[in-house]
Amino acid sequence: MPASDSRFLDYAPAPESTSILHLKESYGLFVDGDFVQANGKSFATISPATEQKIAEISSADAKDVDRAVAAARKAYDRTWSKLSGADRGKYLFRIARLVQERARELAVAESLDNGKPIKESRDVDVPLVAAWFFYYAGWADKLDHAGLGPNPRALGVAAQVIPWNFPLLMLAWKIAPALAAGNTVVIKPASATSLSALIFAEILQQADLPPGVVNIITGSGGTGALLVNHPDVNKVAFTGSTEVGRAIAKSTAGTGKKLTLELGGKAANIVFDDAPLDQAVEGIVNGIFFNQGHVCCAGSRLLVQENIETEVVERLKERLQTLRMGDPLDKNTDIGAINSREQLDRIRELSDIGESEGAVRWSAPCEIPAKGFWFAPTIFTGVETSHRIARDEIFGPVLSVMTFRTPAEAISKANNTPYGLSAGIWSDKGSKILAVADKLRAGVIWANTFNRFDPASPFGGYKESGYGREGGKHGLAAYLKSTALKAGSR
Amino acid sequence: MTGAPAHKEVEPAILAPAERAIQMIGGDLTEKSLRAHLEGLPRVDAVGLTERAASLGTRSIKTTSKARALDTIIGLIDLTTLEGADTPGKVHSLVAKAMTPDPSDMSTPRVAAVCVYGDMVPYAVAALGPDSGINVAAVATAFPSGRASLAVKLADTKHAVSAGADEIDMVIDRGAFLSGRYGVVFDQIVAVKEACRRDDGTYAHLKVILETGELNTYDNVRRASWLAILAGGDFIKTSTGKVSPAATLPVTLLMLQVVRDWYKLTGERIGVKPAGGIRSSKDAIKYLVTVAETVGEEWLQPHLFRFGASSLLNDVLLQRQKLSTGRYSGPDYVTVD
Repeated sequence: MPASDSRFLDYAPAPESTSILHLKESYGLFVDGDFVQANGKSFATISPATEQKIAEISSADAKDVDRAVAAARKAYDRTWSKLSGADRGKYLFRIARLVQERARELAVAESLDNGKPIKESRDVDVPLVAAWFFYYAGWADKLDHAGLGPNPRALGVAAQVIPWNFPLLMLAWKIAPALAAGNTVVIKPASATSLSALIFAEILQQADLPPGVVNIITGSGGTGALLVNHPDVNKVAFTGSTEVGRAIAKSTAGTGKKLTLELGGKAANIVFDDAPLDQAVEGIVNGIFFNQGHVCCAGSRLLVQENIETEVVERLKERLQTLRMGDPLDKNTDIGAINSREQLDRIRELSDIGESEGAVRWSAPCEIPAKGFWFAPTIFTGVETSHRIARDEIFGPVLSVMTFRTPAEAISKANNTPYGLSAGIWSDKGSKILAVADKLRAGVIWANTFNRFDPASPFGGYKESGYGREGGKHGLAAYLKSTALKAGSR
Repeated sequence: MTGAPAHKEVEPAILAPAERAIQMIGGDLTEKSLRAHLEGLPRVDAVGLTERAASLGTRSIKTTSKARALDTIIGLIDLTTLEGADTPGKVHSLVAKAMTPDPSDMSTPRVAAVCVYGDMVPYAVAALGPDSGINVAAVATAFPSGRASLAVKLADTKHAVSAGADEIDMVIDRGAFLSGRYGVVFDQIVAVKEACRRDDGTYAHLKVILETGELNTYDNVRRASWLAILAGGDFIKTSTGKVSPAATLPVTLLMLQVVRDWYKLTGERIGVKPAGGIRSSKDAIKYLVTVAETVGEEWLQPHLFRFGASSLLNDVLLQRQKLSTGRYSGPDYVTVD
């Protein structure tokens, strides 16, 4: 081999081109099938990797929200509720195919606006978006089999508010089941990440979806509050922080609006000493460093059996040194940018608290780019269950490592959280996996894997992680009411 | 005499005192202690392993990195011919290709070795001459099945070594391994290693072929890899190329993980050779990435990593021509051997 001072591992840049994007300088609201001007003051959406402005985004005020809800109501009354399930399904299939056709464009837009690595938006987010529409397209004419008795009915207008961590995927999780079940939608993406939703609006136009069936309004949390509290919506679906979820639960209580909440998490990833170790290390990495840890079901608490703690942590640190942080559009980037300055500040604050509480901090030696928001993958060892980094959701690339001695102790520590969204179990022994899974209070439990999603599988939480399920047959129940009237049923 | 050989003969209670095994397992090396050691290795989750391999396969190696990768690949190839129809003429042609892979570009590096059957070693040695920098590797031990008596396997090995082979690619007794007779496999490797000894006391390098396509499970591959290292192998090699599947990226990743673990425990570097089925530059680059990101790029040297391949070389040459000229040529712009 020729002698050289450079390293093969310093891969040459391999950026995905942004020339595929046809962005506008400013975007209006998508209401009643068209882009319209908003009344509120517009704001800039930036790339978190460079802090450069991408486009100007509109802000919907109360009047705009009224207009969007009215459009959704009209579409529900006049067209969507009159269509057969088979015809609704055709539109959903068409949307799914258009998402596949424009997959690269959507992935580039998502990585640019959100900061997540292109390999994730390309290989995870966008394919799952298409999968979600395909899956629920198939349900649209089979609602009699959704488990709600014969001929279940749509609820009406659904108000949906989604977060910034998986902008387009969360949109698909919300819109696909709502439309399959026969509802119309007003959806508000997070203010930091509206771009892919606005490109999705173009796809809806391409698909000839009847005007008003899906309305996409942009703006801050204030816009979201106006939307979920609008008197003419029948259903509220929210994914985001537990704090906001709690406020929504309060404000919708007694209004008759059906509510699903998918909130925070502090998942335990339990590694037993009989685990397949190399794969467990990969699973730990994928569990907490996927999408920079901006994942509500992230495996942020590593519970490792005490007799293998040293070995697991050592292997983990070695593995983290091979992660590549940087340009989200580079195809070799593993760790992208933190989504916003605000989130970066929160991650820093909680990490500093972790140190001051006595946990030992280790960060992967990454070169931090000069511009943008970045946080190196970080592990805390010596974490006690009473530490805040073991209890609070950090929503960043920060892993808290704790130990256990017996399966009973693992279960008790895993359940000792106000959240209950997800958990992971690593063991080569099937009977142990089943016995432990049975006792974990979490909506999703992964065995020998982590952060795997499939439209056929229901997803949702226990306790402060929210209520209701998204995905699978269960996900339909959130958007349907039974017509089989029984005493006590609504 | 009729019937099967007595069982005592094939299930030795006390194993050959291989140095590495004694250091790792302890002085009284027995079939039992070897088995306990191998069964104590961490298990492999097949889904997770294949996912990790697939993710390494998505690395995008472009421009300068690609140019470097292509030259690295050529320098790691064991250019191979292992056919019943092999002749001195075929071996001469192979050697010429190994020395001058691309006559249109003399800056092209030479391959690491030529790999031939034992009886072809004298022709390869003669054709290469003394200063080619290219090794001669010989397959031995009743390659590819390994179904022969130990005496035949050792004679096969000694013949190739005395004919001038620098490297011996042996096969393990998969039948013995799959029936749980780890001691038989172990003792045979130790014996073959000893047969690699030259008159001057040096040894031909020993590559141990596991034939992973027959071992079938990743747990078996990990145990066999570990066993081959314990018994003294310098290299662990996936396949003969005669069984499908031959080398795969997940199997190679797993063997690299074994080698990494061995290095962490002992500080000793063992080589890995995927062989068979790697035909395109694109695939070979995935292997380079997997090596560099699993054990580190110091493994990308001929004494620690090899590709067992024949048609791979021409695809790499075509890619190399494309990088330097900017256009694709075609199969008639590289030589057949």
